[in-house]
Amino acid sequence: MTEATVAETTAPSDPHDTSDEGEVRSLASDAWRAMRHNPLFWVSAAMILVFVLMAAFPSLFTRTDPNFAVLAESRSKPGEGTWFGRDLQGYDIYARCIYGARASILVGLFTTTGTVLVGGTIGIIAGYMGGWVDSLLSRIGDVFFAIPLLLGAIIFLVSLPEFFNNNYLLVVLKVVVALVVLGWPSLARLMRSSVIQVKPNDYVQAARALGASPLRVIGSHILPNALAPMIVVATINLGAYIAAEATLSFLGIGLQAPAISWGIDISSAIVGLRTTPHMLFFPSLFLSLAVLAFIMLGDAVRDALDPKNR
Amino acid sequence: MPEVVLSAQNLVKHYPIKKGVLRRTVGHVKAVDGVTFDLHKGETLGIVGESGCGKSTLGRLLMRLEEPTSGSVAFEGQDFSGASARDTRRLRRNIQIVFQDPYTSLNPRMTVGDIVGEPFEIHSDVVPKGGRRQRVQELLDLVGLNPEHINRYPHQFSGGQRQRIGIARGIALNPKVLICDEPVSALDVSVQAQVINLMEKLQDELGLAYVFIAHDLSVVRHISDRVGVMYLGRLAEIGEEDEIYSRPTHPYTQALLSAVPVPDPTLRGKREQIVLEGDVPSPANPPSGCRFHTRCWKAQDVCTTDEPDLQPRPDGAGEHQSACHFAEPRAIVETKDVSNLQHDARFATTKVEELSEAGDTPVPDDRSTPARAEAMDPTAEQPQDTTRVVEDPTDRPR
Repeated sequence: MTEATVAETTAPSDPHDTSDEGEVRSLASDAWRAMRHNPLFWVSAAMILVFVLMAAFPSLFTRTDPNFAVLAESRSKPGEGTWFGRDLQGYDIYARCIYGARASILVGLFTTTGTVLVGGTIGIIAGYMGGWVDSLLSRIGDVFFAIPLLLGAIIFLVSLPEFFNNNYLLVVLKVVVALVVLGWPSLARLMRSSVIQVKPNDYVQAARALGASPLRVIGSHILPNALAPMIVVATINLGAYIAAEATLSFLGIGLQAPAISWGIDISSAIVGLRTTPHMLFFPSLFLSLAVLAFIMLGDAVRDALDPKNR
Repeated sequence: MPEVVLSAQNLVKHYPIKKGVLRRTVGHVKAVDGVTFDLHKGETLGIVGESGCGKSTLGRLLMRLEEPTSGSVAFEGQDFSGASARDTRRLRRNIQIVFQDPYTSLNPRMTVGDIVGEPFEIHSDVVPKGGRRQRVQELLDLVGLNPEHINRYPHQFSGGQRQRIGIARGIALNPKVLICDEPVSALDVSVQAQVINLMEKLQDELGLAYVFIAHDLSVVRHISDRVGVMYLGRLAEIGEEDEIYSRPTHPYTQALLSAVPVPDPTLRGKREQIVLEGDVPSPANPPSGCRFHTRCWKAQDVCTTDEPDLQPRPDGAGEHQSACHFAEPRAIVETKDVSNLQHDARFATTKVEELSEAGDTPVPDDRSTPARAEAMDPTAEQPQDTTRVVEDPTDRPR
C-alpha cells in the first residue's frame, strides 16, 4: 500500500542500520502477518487461484471445445469417454464446468469492485460530511436497500434494452450493473459507520488543525483506518455475487446460451434430475466450491483485520 | 508587558440540543459562554476547571477546530473569524495544538517521519522537499527522541514518547502559540514531569506562548505565568500565578485549591477543606446570575439575579480579575511553587550507596504557608519540597 512505498523511499541509505525499521503498519501487511499462519487462508487462496486460472486460461485444463456437441452421446455417464459425462445437448460437462468459471469470476470481481467504489465513495461522503448530506445519501441508500436483490435484478435485467445482449462482455456487464445498483447500500452503510468512528480521533483533528484539505484528511488519515471492515465484507460478498449470478442465469435472465455459465448448465440439467443427476451435480459442485472459497477467504481476512482478535 | 499574540473576545460556543422526529432545537448546551482573555508573547496561560467546564471546547475554539457561536479570536490583531480559507491556513501555522491522549493523537498507520513531516507536506513552501527529512530528524532530536527512529510506527513508542511526537508535530511549523489540551493528563507522574520540562525548554528556545489546559492544579502552577479558572463555561477568576494560588478571591477558586492534596502528613486534619455541596449544574440550563451561586456559601439574593463581571477586585495585596460580588481573599493551604527550588540531594540520584551519605541531612520542615514557616522557625531557610521534576536521561527508545 502507499505507506509501504513511503517507508521504502524514506529508508536510510545506510544498509547496516536496520534497527530503526519498524514493522510496516499498512492494512495489507497487517493482514498478511496474521493470515500467513491461518490454514483457512491457504486453502481458500489455493482454491481461488485454481478458479482464477480456470477463468483466465480454460485451455490449461481442457482441450475440448465446450460448444462441441456430440448428440449421439447425449446423457452419457461419467467415464463413458469423458470425465464428467455429457449433457442433454451432448456437450462435455467437464469442459463446460471449466469454461463456466469465467462468467462467475468476472461477475464476482466486477460487482465487488463496483459496489466497493460506489458504496465506499458514498459512505465516505456521508460519514465525513454529516448533516443533511448524510441524511440524503442514507435515505437514498435505504430506498435501494428495501428492494429485494433478486426481484430487483429481474426487473432491472428484463427492462434493459436489447443492445446489452450483443456480446459476451456486455451481457456480463448487464448482470454486474444490476447487482451493483442493488448491492451498494450495504457497503455504503458499513463505510459510513467506520468513517464516523474514525473521524473524531485526535489524529484527524490534528490534521485539520494543520490546515490539511478534506481530501488529504480522508486519503491519508480516515481511509487507511476505516477500510478494514469493508474489505472483509466485500470479500465475503464476492462469493455471494457469484451465487447471485448463477441464480440469475438459472432463471434465464442473466447470461443466456450460447454463453457458458454454471447457472445455465444447472438450469438445463433440471430435466434429468432423476435419470442423469451427474448433469446437475458437477456444475453445482463447481459453483459451491467457488462460493465457499471466497467466503472462507473473507473469514480469514476478518480474523486478520478484526482488532478484537489482537 | 510583551505584546498580545492571541486574544479571545467574548468567545461563545453553544451546541444545539435536538429532539423529536423533526429534530427541533429545544435548547443549547452552553459549553463556552463569554470568555475573554489575552495571551502575551512567550507566556504560559494555564486554564483550570473541573470536567465539563468548557476547557477543551475553549481550546478547540482557539484552534479553530470549531466555529464559535459568537465572539472572535484574533492572532496578532488579525481576526480569525473573518479570514478566508487561505488566510486561515496561514494563520494555522502560527497556532498549533497538542492533544491529551497520545494513543489517539497519532495515526497508527503512519510512520513517525510521516506524522512529524505532514505539516511540511501541507505547507509545502516552509521547507524545500529535499530538506524535509533532515528537518523532521532535527525536530525529533529537539523533543528528545532518537532521530534514527524516523521510520518507526507509533505503537512502538511509550506514552511519553508518543506525546513528544505530538509536540514535535505541533512545533514543526514554528508556531507562536501552542494550545496544550491536557497534554500530560494521560501520562503517569514521572513521565508528566519529563514532558513538562520539555515544554518549558521549548518555550525558552523557541519563544512559544502556551495555553495550557489542565485539571491538575499543581502542574498548572508549575508551568503557568498566568492562570484562568473556569466554571460552567465562564472564567471565574484570572490573574498572575501567585495571585490565583496565594490570594484567590473567588469562592470557587478557594474551594478548588483547598481540595488539592498536600503531600504532608503533619497537616492531616489541620487544613480547612471547603467541601462544595451538590453537583455542577447542567450547562444546558445554567443558574441565573452568578453561575456558582447554587453551591456558594457566600451567595446572597444579588447573586441569583446579577451576573458579576470579570473585573479587577482587591485581593489583599493588590487586585486581579475576579467574577464575584463578594470577592475577598481567604487563607488556604496552597500547593507549593516548586519551580525555583533545588532538588533534594537524596533523590537526585538513583544510586543506593549515595543515600547513606545524604541521609544525615534533616528532613525539611513543613513551611507550606509563609505564616506557618514563620511560626516554626523564622530564621530557617526557604521550604524545600520533596516533589520535584527530574529529567530522566534514560527516557530513550529501547
